[in-house]
Amino acid sequence: MKKTIVILLLAAFGYFLAITFLDPDFEKDRNRNGVKNVYLEKTVSELKTANTVTAIVVNFRGFDTLGEVTVLFLAASALGSILFKKRHHVGERSITLPASSIVSTGAKLLFPAIILLGVYVFVHGHLTPGGGFQGGTIIATGFLLMLISYRNFSISHNILSVIESLAGILFVVIGLMGFINGGTFLQNFMPTGTLNNLFSGGIIPIIYILVGFKVATELTGLIYTILHEKG
Amino acid sequence: MNIENIEIIRIGVYATSILLILIGLYAVLTKKSLIKIIIGLSIIDGGIHLLLIGIGYIKNGTAPIFSPGFENASAQMVDPVPQALVLTAIVIGFGVTAVALALIIRLYRHHNTLKIDEIKNLKW
Repeated sequence: MKKTIVILLLAAFGYFLAITFLDPDFEKDRNRNGVKNVYLEKTVSELKTANTVTAIVVNFRGFDTLGEVTVLFLAASALGSILFKKRHHVGERSITLPASSIVSTGAKLLFPAIILLGVYVFVHGHLTPGGGFQGGTIIATGFLLMLISYRNFSISHNILSVIESLAGILFVVIGLMGFINGGTFLQNFMPTGTLNNLFSGGIIPIIYILVGFKVATELTGLIYTILHEKG
Repeated sequence: MNIENIEIIRIGVYATSILLILIGLYAVLTKKSLIKIIIGLSIIDGGIHLLLIGIGYIKNGTAPIFSPGFENASAQMVDPVPQALVLTAIVIGFGVTAVALALIIRLYRHHNTLKIDEIKNLKW
């Protein structure tokens, strides 16, 4: 009975979604391009950044990204305050099954390669697909692999929070340095270089590297908190 | 690729993403297990991301990344704005999932069950 009502409701909802998006007028509107051409043009001529998505995330909508990083930080602190009973008290592992020797040997072998891949992805965020968020997540998966293969592998929560706070503060400081030349928050103040070089794009690679550090430490802290919630 | 193929791909992307949103909503509304509700939320997330990316698609479009020798190819690039917004949305969705899972862990330690109709304190 309840399922029938739910299916009927969802059918009505899906019908209205479908007629909105399959409407020919919507298609006409969509092809008008809007801000797309401005962003694509300014990315090449002013910012000298190859990856337009990075230019939008870090420069045109850089303030948004600051908010996004703050939301991630809030999620990490909320998780800590829900799961930790005492301050700076880390409980036992909730998963105590030992990993097989194949997993632990493979993890030891793969760990440096995963870290290297993550660093590569966030350093080249302005040239290739990827960036700080993606690279940080890759690094966190490396730490997850080590944490589930070695039961006594531990990370200092203090070091994680120091790196995280430093990255966040530097992000804001670089944003404020945009005011030096009479510009706005997060405005570029460094030489932009030539397109498609590693040292190009002004402050964009620096900010994305900082975001990479922040995301990597935050996600590692999240995983560590969830694995040690017992007790 | 001819025009009919493009049309099929476009309608296919919209239909798939709307279907994903509906599947996720169905799981959220009917499932009893808290973990399955969180999985439903993640499926809704995925559907919305696919829908936004599909809106930015143009015919025969390439990724909005300028490679050496193709600095003037911006007419063939797909819209980068929805992609940047989806990058934000993925991170927010991740944060929501993490906090929800933490709440579920606390609920499980307190009530020893994951079924929402067995947690009596939720009823009033």
